[in-house]
Amino acid sequence: MSAIPADSQRTETPRMSLSAFFTTYVFSKDHKIIGLQFLFSTLLWFLVGGLLALGIRWQLAFPWQDMPVIGNMLFAAEGGQISPEFYTTLFTMHATVMIFFVIIPILAGAFGNYLIPLMIGADDMAFPTLNMLSYWFMWPAFMLIGSSFFTPPYGAGGGWTSYPPLSVMTGAAPGSELAQTLWLLGITCVGVSSMMGSVNYLTTIIQMRAPGMTMFRLPLTIWAMFITALLQAFALPVLTAAGFMQVADRLLGTGFFIPEHLVVNNSIPASGGGQPLLWQHLFWFYSHPAVYIMILPAMGMVSDIISCFARKPVYGYKPMVYSISGIAGLGFIVWGHHMFVSGMNPVLGMTFMVATMMIALPSAVKTFNWLGTIWGGKVEFTTPMLFALSFVSMFIIGGLSGIFMAATPVDIFIHDTYFIVAHFHYVLFAGTAMAVFGAIYFWFPKMFGRMMNDTIGKVHFALTFIFLNGTFFTMHILGVVGFPRRLADPYPYKTFEHLQPMNEFMTYCAIAMVAVQILFVVNFIYSIFYGPRCGRNPWGANSLEWMAPSPPGHGNFDFQPVVYRGPYEYGSPEVDTDNYPQTQPPPPKDVPPTSEH
Amino acid sequence: MIDRAWSLFFLMVPILGVGIFVWAMVGVYPMEGLWLPKNVNEYGVIIDNLFMFILYLTGVIFIITGIVMFWFLWKYSASNNAEPVKFTHGSHMLEIIWSILPSAVLLFIAIYQMNAWADAKMRRPMVTNADGEEVVMLPVARVTGRQFEWRIQYAGADGLLDTKDDVFTVNELHLPAYEDVVLQIHSEDVLHSFFLPNLRLKQDVVPGMDQYMWFKATETGSFDIVCAELCGWGHYKMRGQLTLESRERFDKWLANLRAEQLLSVFDPAADDGDE
Ligand code: HEM
Ligand SMILES: [Cu+2]
Ligand SMILES: [Cu+2]
Repeated sequence: MSAIPADSQRTETPRMSLSAFFTTYVFSKDHKIIGLQFLFSTLLWFLVGGLLALGIRWQLAFPWQDMPVIGNMLFAAEGGQISPEFYTTLFTMHATVMIFFVIIPILAGAFGNYLIPLMIGADDMAFPTLNMLSYWFMWPAFMLIGSSFFTPPYGAGGGWTSYPPLSVMTGAAPGSELAQTLWLLGITCVGVSSMMGSVNYLTTIIQMRAPGMTMFRLPLTIWAMFITALLQAFALPVLTAAGFMQVADRLLGTGFFIPEHLVVNNSIPASGGGQPLLWQHLFWFYSHPAVYIMILPAMGMVSDIISCFARKPVYGYKPMVYSISGIAGLGFIVWGHHMFVSGMNPVLGMTFMVATMMIALPSAVKTFNWLGTIWGGKVEFTTPMLFALSFVSMFIIGGLSGIFMAATPVDIFIHDTYFIVAHFHYVLFAGTAMAVFGAIYFWFPKMFGRMMNDTIGKVHFALTFIFLNGTFFTMHILGVVGFPRRLADPYPYKTFEHLQPMNEFMTYCAIAMVAVQILFVVNFIYSIFYGPRCGRNPWGANSLEWMAPSPPGHGNFDFQPVVYRGPYEYGSPEVDTDNYPQTQPPPPKDVPPTSEH
Repeated sequence: MIDRAWSLFFLMVPILGVGIFVWAMVGVYPMEGLWLPKNVNEYGVIIDNLFMFILYLTGVIFIITGIVMFWFLWKYSASNNAEPVKFTHGSHMLEIIWSILPSAVLLFIAIYQMNAWADAKMRRPMVTNADGEEVVMLPVARVTGRQFEWRIQYAGADGLLDTKDDVFTVNELHLPAYEDVVLQIHSEDVLHSFFLPNLRLKQDVVPGMDQYMWFKATETGSFDIVCAELCGWGHYKMRGQLTLESRERFDKWLANLRAEQLLSVFDPAADDGDE
C-alpha cells in the first residue's frame, strides 16, 4: 500500500482520541465509511429478512405444526405454532425488511456511496454532511419498523403494500393499532434517507467528475445510479405524501381512503368519503419506479463486471444508457399494471397494458447487449463473474414472466398468485441479490485491500444458485395452478390441496439456501482480517476506482485523475496490455481521443 | 479445462426450466395436477389459449437466449479461446434489429389480447327486454365480501335486488350453468378479491364500489371460491363454494330456500347491516 493520508492516520490509531474515533468511524462524513456502514447494516438485515422468510416457508410446508426446537421459544403462547395473525406479520415484515432495509439501501446506500466518487474521480460526495445524515436517518427507520414488529400483540400485518381500509381501520385488524402507524412512519424515514442520498448523488455526478470524464465516459454503474437517483427524486414525494395521508386517516380520521357505509367488525367507522383505490394509485406511482430503483444499479454493476471478465468492451454502451433511461421514463407510466383487477377502469387498464408491454423492450435490449459483450471475449469464470452471469440468466426468466402478467386477460387469473411471487423473486433475489453478491466479491479488494477466497466463493455461488432455483422456479408452477399468495393455509381448498408436497420441497430448498450463506459470512469476515493483500487493481480493470489505493484513504486519490477514454477499453489494439485504464495517456504517436467510447 | 464447465451450469437453466414446465403440463408423477385447473367458463378458454400462446413464445426466447449464453461462454472461455478478443463497441444494425423485432412481437401481443380483456371486463352481456330493446343483463345475485365470509343475496323471482322476494345464503353460491350469468360484487368492510379459479375470473371487491362479473359455465359441478386479496388475519379461511347446476335444479333450489326463509321469519332489513 502506498503512503496515503489514511495509512498515516492508521499508524496514529493508538493515540486516537475517542471523539476522533467517533468522527472517523461512526459519524463519518467520508463516503467510503458511510458506504460500508450501509453495507454492514443491510447485510445484517438481509439475515433477518431471510429468517422471516423461513417462518413463512415453514407454515406453507407444515401448516399449523409446531416448529421444532425454536417454536416454543418464539410462540410459546400458541404452543410453538405460527398463528394466522403472526403469519400476516411475517410476510409483511419479510417484504418490508427486504425491500426497504436490504435491496434499496444496499444498492444506492452502500454501492452508490462507495462507488460514485471513486468511479468519477472525485474526492468525496458533494454534500458530505447530508450524506452522513442519509445513513443516520436509517436508524429511526430500523427502530420504528423493529418496534412495530414487536408491538404486542402481532405487529403490522397489512402486507408491504399496506392497502386500506385494512391498514387504516384498526377494527379490521385488531392488534395493529400502534404497529401500523409505526410501520408507516418507519417507511417515511427510509424515504427521507433515500431522498437525501439521491440529491447528493445527482449533484455529485453532475458537478464533480474528474477532468475528461464526460457523461458518455461514465461507467454504466454510475449511469444506473444517476438514473436511479432521478427516479427516487421524482417518485418518493408521492409515497411520503401518501404515507402521511394514511397516518392522518389512522390518527385523525381524515378518511382519504375510507368510503361511506362500511361496517367493520360490527361497528360503523366515523370517517368516510374517500377512495381505497386512491392509495393504490399513489403507492404504485412510487413503488413501480421503486422496482427499477431495486434493479437498475444492479444492471449497471453487472455490466461492469461482465465487461471486465470477458476482457472486452461492453457491447452497445450507448444503447445500454438509452435503455436504462427508457426503463426509467416508461417506469412512470406503468404503475397501473398492479391494479388490473383492482376495480380500476378497464379502459385505463388497457393503456397501462400497452405501456407495460413496451417496458419489456429496453430490458430485452440490455440482455442482448450483455450476450454481445460475452461474444468473442475471453471469459474468466471468477466468483464475481459467475454471479454477474447468473444475474443475466435469471433476469431473462423474470423479464419473460413479466409478459404473462402484462397480458391483462392472463393477469386476471394469475394476479395475486404465486406466479407474481415467482416473478419478483426472479428479478429481485435471483437478479438483484445475486448481482449484489457479485459486486461484493468484485469490489471487496478495493474496500478492504484484501481478496476474498475464490474457491469458497464459487461453492457459495453454486449452492445458492441451485437452491434459489429450487425455491423460486417451482413458484411459477404453483402460480399456474392458481395458488394464492398471502394465504396462511391454502390446503382446505380442493383446488390447492395437492400442492403441499411441492411446498415442502420448496421449504427444504429455502432452508438450504439460507444455510449456505454461512459460507459467505465466514469468507467475508475472515477475508477482512486475513485475506491475501491485493494491489490497486487486482482484476486488471479500467475504471478510476482501481487506480486509487486499496483501500483508498481520505480524499480517495493520491494523484489527480485525468480521463482519456471510456471505462471498457479491454483488448484495445492501441496498447499491448489487455486493459487500458481510463487514466492512462494514449501512446504519443496517437492523435488525442476523439470519440467517447 | 474445468473452468469451461461453468457454462454447462448455465445450460441447465433452459434445460431444467423447460423440463419442469413440460413435466407439469404433461402431468405425470410426481407432478400430477400441477397445471391450469379445469376450466368451465366459455370465456376462460380465451385466457388459457392466450396463456399458452405467451408460454410458447417466451419459451422459445428463453431457450434461444439460454443456449446462446451457454454457447458463448463455452466457446469464448479464456482457457479455450486463443484468438485475441473481438474489439468492438457494438453494431448499429444489430441494435436496430433487436429493438424492432421485440417491439413488433410485444405490440402484437398487446393488440391481440385487447378483445379478450374487453370481453372479460367491459362487455357485459345484453338481453332483449319486453319492449324489444337491448339492455344490460341484471345480476342474479349480489355477493358481499366481509371479514371473513361471502354473503350472497339472490334477486329472486322478480329479478331485482333489494326487494321482498330476495333469498340469502352464506358462502354457498348456486348458479345456473350453460347460460350467461351476471353477478354484482360488493364489500362491506375491507378489500377482498372474488376469485373463481375454474372460471378464470377474479375481481377485487372494493368497499364503496359496485362491480359486475359475468360468465357462461360450460359444465355443472362444485368449485372453490377463493379470496385473493389480503383482508386480515382470517383471509385464509374466507372460502366459499360455487355449485353450478342446470337451470331446473337451480330454480328448484332457490324456490326451496325461499320457502324455508319465509318460514323462519327472516327479515332481510334487520340482518343486512349496511343498507
Ligand atoms: C420485463 C419487464 C417487466 C414487466 C413486463 C413486469 C410486469 C409486472 C406486472 C404486470 C406486475 C403485476 C402483476 C400482478 O400483481 O398481477 C408485476 C409485479 C411486480 N414486479 Fe414486475 N415486471 C417487469 C420487471 C420487473 C422488475 C425488473 C422488477 C424488480 C426489480 C419487478 C418487480 C415486481 C414486483 C416486486 C412486483 C409485485 C409487487 C407486489 O404485488 O407485491 N418487475 N410486474
Ligand atoms: Cu410494476
Ligand atoms: Cu381475503
